[in-house]
Amino acid sequence: MAEAETSDRKRNRPLSPHLGIYRPTLTMMMSIVHRATGAGLYFGTPLVAWWLLAAAGGPNGYAKFQGFIGSIFGRVILFGYTWSIIHHLLGGVRHLVWDTGRGFGPAEREWLAAANLFGSVVLTALLWILGYMTMGGQR
Amino acid sequence: MTRGTPLGRVRGLGSARSGTEHFWRQRLTALANIPLTIAFVLLAMTMLGRNHAAVVQILGSPLVAIVMLLFLVSVTYHMKIGMQVIIEDYVHGDGAKYALLIGNIFFCVAVGLTGVYAILKLSFGV
Ligand code: HEM
Repeated sequence: MAEAETSDRKRNRPLSPHLGIYRPTLTMMMSIVHRATGAGLYFGTPLVAWWLLAAAGGPNGYAKFQGFIGSIFGRVILFGYTWSIIHHLLGGVRHLVWDTGRGFGPAEREWLAAANLFGSVVLTALLWILGYMTMGGQR
Repeated sequence: MTRGTPLGRVRGLGSARSGTEHFWRQRLTALANIPLTIAFVLLAMTMLGRNHAAVVQILGSPLVAIVMLLFLVSVTYHMKIGMQVIIEDYVHGDGAKYALLIGNIFFCVAVGLTGVYAILKLSFGV
C-alpha cells in the first residue's frame, strides 16, 4: 500500500530543478552576471582607494597611478569596472523593483533582463566616448 | 525556548543569527548606492584626465569630499554584505568559511578606511 502510494506520488510531484538539465535563459544569465559584476566590483574597488590615496600622497605617487590607469592594461580594467558598475547598478534597480512585488510577469522579467543588458552596453559605450572626447584619449 | 510564534522566534535571528537584517541593509545600501555611484562615476570622469593639482583641488572641495565619503561608506558596507552572501552560498567547511568571512570584513574595512583617510587628508590639507 505504502509502495503504491509512493510511486504514484513520485510520478505526480513536481520535479526539483536540476542545474544540469536547465536550458540557459537570459534571466538566468543576468542573475549570474549580477553576482559576477558585484564580485568584480568588490575586487576593483581597491583601485578607487589607490586613486584617492595617490592623490592625497603627492604628485609622484599620483603619476604612478596615472601611468597604471592610462596603460592598456589599466584601461581594460577601467573599462571592465565601468561596465560592471553600470550593469550592476541597473541590475540593482531591477532587484529593487522586484522587492516592491512588481516585475515578475513572464513578459516583464524578460523585458527587464534585456533592458538591463542593452542599457549597460549603451551607457558604458556612451561614457567612454564622452571620456575620450573630453580627455582626448590621453592623460 | 519554545515560547512565541514561529515568526516571532525567527524575527531578528535565523540560521545566521541575524534574520532579515542583512537583506534590509543590502537594500538600504543599494538604494543609497544609486545616486552615489552615479555621482562617483561622473566625478571620476571629470578628474581622471586632469593633473595632480587639479584633482587635489576637486577632491578636497567640501561637496565633492562629502559625496565621496558617503560613496565609500555605502559601497564598502554593501560590498561586505554582498560578499558574505556569496561566501555563505559556496563555502561550507567551517574553517574556510570563517576564514573568508573574517577576511572579507578586514578587506572591506581596509578599502573603505583607506579611501576615507585619503579624502579627509585632502580636505584638511595636512
Ligand atoms: C562599486 C559598487 C558596488 C559593489 C562593489 C557591489 C557589490 C555587490 C556584491 C558583492 C553583491 C553580492 C552579489 C550576490 O549576492 O549575488 C551585491 C549585490 C547587490 N547589489 Fe551591489 N555593488 C555595488 C553597487 C551597487 C549599486 C549601485 C546598486 C544599485 C541599486 C547595487 C545593488 C545591489 C543589490 C540589490 C544586490 C542584491 C542582489 C541579490 O539579492 O541577489 N549594488 N553587490
